[in-house]
Amino acid sequence: MGKHYIPNSAHKEEMLREIGFKSIEDLFSDVPKGFVKEFNLPEGKSEYEVFLEMNEIVNKNKTVLEMPTFLGAGAYFHYVPAHVKYLIERSEFITSYTPYQAEISQGMLQALFEYQSLIGELVGLEIVNASMYDWGTALGEAARMAARVKKKNKFVVPKHIHPERNMVLKTFVEGADIEIEYVKWNEKGQMDLEELKEKAKNAAGVYVELPNFFGIIEEQIKEIGEIAHENDALFVVGVDPTILGIIEAPGSLGADIVVGEASFLGSALNFGGPRAGIFATKNEKALIRQMPGRIIGMTRDAEGKRAFVMTLQTREQHIRRAKATSNICSNEALVAVAAAIHLASLGPKGLKKLGEIILKNTAYFKKRLSEVAEIPFDAINFKDVPATFEVPYPIIHERLLERGIHGGFYLKPYFPELDESALLAVTETTRREWIDELVKNIREIINEAEL
Amino acid sequence: MFRQAKWDEPLIFELSKPGRVGFTLPEPIEDIEVQVPEDLRRKSLELPEVSEPEVVKHYARLSEMNYGVDSGIYPLGSCTMKYNPKINEEFANHPKVAFIHPYQDPRTVQGALQIMWELEQWLKEITGMDRFTLQPAAGANGEFTGVMIIRAYHLDRGEAQRNEIIVPDSAHGTNPASAAMAGFKVIEIPSNEQGMVDLEALENAVSEKTAGIMLTNPNTLGIFEEDILEIAKIVHKAGGLLYYDGANLNGILGKIRPGDMGFDVVHINLHKTFSTPHGGGGPGAGPVGVKKHLMDYLPVPLVEFDGEKYYLNYDLPKSIGKVKEFYGNFAVLVRALTYLKIMGRDGLREVAEIAVLNANYLTQKLKGTRGYELPHKELRKHEVVFSAEPMRKEMGVKALDVAKRLLDFGLHAPTIYFPLIVHEALMIEPTETVSKEELDAYVEALKRISEEAYTNPEIVKSAPHNTAVRRVDDVLAAKKPIITWRMYKELKKKGEVEY
Repeated sequence: MGKHYIPNSAHKEEMLREIGFKSIEDLFSDVPKGFVKEFNLPEGKSEYEVFLEMNEIVNKNKTVLEMPTFLGAGAYFHYVPAHVKYLIERSEFITSYTPYQAEISQGMLQALFEYQSLIGELVGLEIVNASMYDWGTALGEAARMAARVKKKNKFVVPKHIHPERNMVLKTFVEGADIEIEYVKWNEKGQMDLEELKEKAKNAAGVYVELPNFFGIIEEQIKEIGEIAHENDALFVVGVDPTILGIIEAPGSLGADIVVGEASFLGSALNFGGPRAGIFATKNEKALIRQMPGRIIGMTRDAEGKRAFVMTLQTREQHIRRAKATSNICSNEALVAVAAAIHLASLGPKGLKKLGEIILKNTAYFKKRLSEVAEIPFDAINFKDVPATFEVPYPIIHERLLERGIHGGFYLKPYFPELDESALLAVTETTRREWIDELVKNIREIINEAEL
Repeated sequence: MFRQAKWDEPLIFELSKPGRVGFTLPEPIEDIEVQVPEDLRRKSLELPEVSEPEVVKHYARLSEMNYGVDSGIYPLGSCTMKYNPKINEEFANHPKVAFIHPYQDPRTVQGALQIMWELEQWLKEITGMDRFTLQPAAGANGEFTGVMIIRAYHLDRGEAQRNEIIVPDSAHGTNPASAAMAGFKVIEIPSNEQGMVDLEALENAVSEKTAGIMLTNPNTLGIFEEDILEIAKIVHKAGGLLYYDGANLNGILGKIRPGDMGFDVVHINLHKTFSTPHGGGGPGAGPVGVKKHLMDYLPVPLVEFDGEKYYLNYDLPKSIGKVKEFYGNFAVLVRALTYLKIMGRDGLREVAEIAVLNANYLTQKLKGTRGYELPHKELRKHEVVFSAEPMRKEMGVKALDVAKRLLDFGLHAPTIYFPLIVHEALMIEPTETVSKEELDAYVEALKRISEEAYTNPEIVKSAPHNTAVRRVDDVLAAKKPIITWRMYKELKKKGEVEY
């Protein structure tokens, strides 16, 4: 089956004859005997049959549109304007590849240049690449870059780094012999500066997240940057870009490298992927030379007209091979373009408003949650809110699910010191009724459990 | 003759008019005042202010100045630019796929887990491997995963001295780069005159330090490594493992399995072999499969099925950890499974057979054309590498010029200057989804360019003429980097750019 994708299935004999071969087998005469075999796979099916089959499978999922869901922890339900998806599905975009032939790929090149430019404005840095795989891999690359630039092998991160990101980071640095040091959090759920001062000694880089894994805005971000710089370390800031309409650009707060998650703009949840990693740095030769990833630059064509092209490629694997700054080849271009279109549609006022709505919704949510749980940290939250419950959280999760509500992310397995806590999140998409339902049901569940 | 759209399309920033908005947001639940500390508050933000119709026109116009598989033949060697079936997109964009959160209770995402589990079963049988991770986001991310698994395997066996990875000089650049990222020393070995691994060189390269070898088969010349069993024997005997770079799987799909050739680790590119769109550079997906002895080291989590329900298994104490957040590029996995179900056993075999037929058809039709030569053996699999060296020597017309001139005919260029062992390389991979007429037209265009090169070389050297822009000055781009709008504005203000 699937011959409708293969036009020359109808012309085998004719084509073989024209080039002097007798059979298809002749084309595989260089394969050692006994290698070619029959596979144990189902026969192909018609498109309609597969349509029915796939429909049946995907319908087993229950979506966040079908049950109020308070999951965040690094993946958030944002509403993406319909025109974003419409535009990235334009076949000239989606069916193209890395723009190796610049002249015939100006559309994708300009769109990616605009992505770089929009992110550059957002994070306050001049140099931005055309995307990494996601926030976690961007962080891994940032740690490696810091070690190369500073020729030191320690990278300092908060203990309350996103656990998923932490795991990716550890895998990425293992082969480079970089040691990860963790700094504890203080009573406000933010990086402990006293401990940081100790651990930052001899560090190649110091990393902080904005907001941090607890959804908290690290208020001492500038001080953290200063401590990094006092120790001749690069200051690396990880950002959720949807906060940057209300929070100062990390570049203006001292960041040397900014990483983050571009797919929070322009993409659906998609069960966690595809995503796109933000990677930006300062306009300094020593940093640019060590940058990972594809970079699009503006230049001119033979007639002096503005044009775009992949540039500064001598850092990359296809040229430098074993000495490249990274092995990345395919990236997440289309996800980046989606983020660009979403950002451009929001504009400065829209992004600011988005940040304010989320900030206000989170404050409201925290107030309501505090009716049924203890909020362990007194700080400003954005999207995620940690909450500690009197009854084991898995019981609450289970009972909520029975009532058609999906709770948050259970923290205890990763942070046992937080006891029966969960991270619950809201965004601009959260409705008042959902929160009412959640609080009402948690109250009932706790009462039942305590009886 | 082809004519690409030539919009003088400004940057989105240059379209900005104060007061315009492109999207309306809902209101907050309650208008609670939240004070962000003064020194952290955003002072200024220069984003464009444009309305939705302007945004749509802008990016629609940009798309018209781009070329995709749906525009015409796109025979980039080693990239497998095959047709992307539209039914795949329906499911990748399905609300039941788009609106699920990665941390949802497994009971609420049984469909998603089933998709991953089923895809793994297909990939296992296609490659002859025992288990797969679907986590890697792309081929290179898969390579990194694979070499980290090799590293963990040797360390676990107390063989920390195995710190060398062997790669042939015809390998993709990602192979040595991935091995280096995992902390290995890269040993490059030469190819023989037939374009295959030189067995003697391999014998000399292996030692008690050998962790493994990374190979592509068919290799980047499109040649099947006939001595693969001998290669496997040499490497295994030395205590090393075999890594299969699946970039070229399309040439043997449904017929021959890497697992049967002796490979221990395999990565495959769903965006190449399994028809998911390349998205202008990504997202792709690079699942990694391993034989039984390496299963313990796979990234977490794996998807399991107990006969009734699907679940995520994080209980892998020897795992290398994670190489990417969550479970990989899920929407890409959905596309690949849709494709596999349609193709089936029979369809997949047809893919390889016609992909190889098309590549050899093109080889034979182009062979003997003045200015191009065909180094190495003639029989190819899914791709062929010609050299434009004679044309360069005789007329000063380079592979780059040939590539640019092809664009003038509305045909995408092949991969050029790769593999590095062929001078002025033109690496052509037609795939199975192009028609005979398209192949004939491609050969005709290459022949015409040859004729032009020997009669009117200027037209080739000054190509392209019919694309959105003329030959792009990439030297200037590197010499005077302009990477973002803020850099551009600065230079413009100083009068240092006129474009």
